[in-house]
Amino acid sequence: MNKRTPDGFNANHGLIRRFIQLNRAAIGTFGFFIVMMLLFFCGNPHVFSDWRIYYSVLTVLPVAIFLVVPLVFIVTVGEIDLSFPSVMAFAAWIFALGVQAGYPPAAAILAGVAVGLALGSAIGLIVVYGEFSSLVATLGLGFLIRGAIMIATGGRSIAATGIAKDPTLRLLSSSPGGFPVQMIWAAVFVAVSVILYNRHRFGARVHCVGDNPESARQMGIDPRLVRVGTFVFMGFGAGLAGIFSTIINFTWWPTAGDSYLLPTLAAVFVGGTPTWGGVGTVLGGTIGAAIVSFTQVGIVAAGLDGFYVQFFNGLIIILSLIGHRWNQIRYR
Amino acid sequence: MTEPLIELRDLRKSYGTVLAVGGVNLQVNKGEVVGLIGDNGAGKSTLVKMLAGAITPTSGEILVRGKPVAGWNAAKSRAAGIETVFQDRALAVQQTIARNIFMGREITTFGGLLNLGRQRSEALHLMREIGFTSNAVTPDTVVGQLSGGERQGVAIARAIYYNADLIVLDEPTTALSLTETEKVFSFIRTLRAGGRSILFIGHNIHHVFDIAERFLIMDRGRIALAVTKAQAGSARRLIALMEEVAHSGENTPPVELAARLKGVQ
Ligand SMILES: Nc1ncnc2c1ncn2[C@@H]1O[C@H](COP(=O)(O)OP(=O)(O)OP(=O)(O)O)[C@@H](O)[C@H]1O
Ligand SMILES: [Mg+2]
Repeated sequence: MNKRTPDGFNANHGLIRRFIQLNRAAIGTFGFFIVMMLLFFCGNPHVFSDWRIYYSVLTVLPVAIFLVVPLVFIVTVGEIDLSFPSVMAFAAWIFALGVQAGYPPAAAILAGVAVGLALGSAIGLIVVYGEFSSLVATLGLGFLIRGAIMIATGGRSIAATGIAKDPTLRLLSSSPGGFPVQMIWAAVFVAVSVILYNRHRFGARVHCVGDNPESARQMGIDPRLVRVGTFVFMGFGAGLAGIFSTIINFTWWPTAGDSYLLPTLAAVFVGGTPTWGGVGTVLGGTIGAAIVSFTQVGIVAAGLDGFYVQFFNGLIIILSLIGHRWNQIRYR
Repeated sequence: MTEPLIELRDLRKSYGTVLAVGGVNLQVNKGEVVGLIGDNGAGKSTLVKMLAGAITPTSGEILVRGKPVAGWNAAKSRAAGIETVFQDRALAVQQTIARNIFMGREITTFGGLLNLGRQRSEALHLMREIGFTSNAVTPDTVVGQLSGGERQGVAIARAIYYNADLIVLDEPTTALSLTETEKVFSFIRTLRAGGRSILFIGHNIHHVFDIAERFLIMDRGRIALAVTKAQAGSARRLIALMEEVAHSGENTPPVELAARLKGVQ
């Protein structure tokens, strides 16, 4: 039954207004992205009218998306995670070992994801029930996991050449007709996450706990369970990111994931999720990942020296912070 | 005697060396309005939070309809039919009104998916009932945009939604205008007429005297005195009684206090 109220509460303009209200930050980020791409285009129309530049970004963008989206959940719940690059490497390591040993790819993938989930749960339980600062604890745990990988492998990489020929793995990452199919998987991941974040009990509780943990507790929510849940999700995303990154590169490196730490954090905040918790945007974070990825490629493509990349990355973070200031009113 | 809905037996809560609530026995019967009064820091809110399951008692027992409940927590409190409007309102101010009303008890369809449409329409219905007449305020309005009184309205709306048997209101009328206070009171009367029990906490003794039929005076963590409306006689005398309680030693027996009451006109 859909009751209509005198103030036209269910009328269409209400729906549109609600959509804008819900997606303000994401819409702002999208605008930012468009402007940035236009500037790149003007900087070098020749390169930016060529599909290859987009292809090279879209090939690796899914890896960033698998990391950014769960991190939006973590920041919304009022925590932070710096250990995800190590979890990513660990999960990918197990996957690569599985493929190398000749196990069916599906089994190797499951093993990798399971390791991601297990590490995510362990990190979440330690941080939440140990009542540690997540910033410091995940920094330490990240080093610990990375160190363990280094010690165990002696720093050697694994070349999983079998990947290139395996039909199952081609389904995850290949480019028929010049389009990287991993983007489709990333899109599915984003779509499911948007529902989880905005239209699922878990997402609602993530918001409430990040907003006011004491109130959430008084209303019968266990904030600790919700917090651990976000870390489990992060482990899942990091596992996927590691597996995809290995499939895309045909190789596993013990340093896998390291270069993702700062860009992923930047993408969350560039995307319009504020640092203080309680609010955020999955779509914005996804667009933020695209912004960060395109800056890295775009600067070089636009004819500037590679040395400019960091400078422009910084510029974009600062500009987006200023932009989001109007979108992010902090209620107290 | 009517059936006791909720009974607290020797409930205690200490924070380190601070004894916030020290051995409270209390009983709320079906359909009665109980006023809990006492100075700042007497332990009223601590008692309320224990009743709501938001904090765990250091010791003591909570009985629902005569039966002790083990592992008392927020979920069990709600399942027992207790709704609470906390003194701090327990609102998540960056979230919408609808999300606040259904915090911890979301309406879902399957697999935990939210039934946002129903949450919205139920919230709207409640808001109308509680007196949100402005069209500018919808269930999608962020609570942080509301005035103090309106926020209080959301907290009260949340408590009445679930048809609870016992509604605990911890200073629900502080920061409210006269008309809004009257609105809250007429609500309480409606609820009482519907057979609900109410535990009302307030500092305005005249208000409490008006609305409740039995009064518990709390002092330094214990219930120093329990009087009925008839025994107290007037709000004036109730205030005088509170002063007596506050100035008497920690272990003055209630009998003696009652004797002193006789002198108060
Ligand atoms: N979390 C806590 N940690 C330490 N002490 C606390 C805590 N909560 C309450 N107390 C102490 O317990 C005592 C009772 O506090 P409580 O909030 O229950 O009082 P109250 O009767 O509700 O007062 P008011 O009328 O001011 O709301 C106070 O002395 C307070 O300092
Ligand atoms: Mg209080």
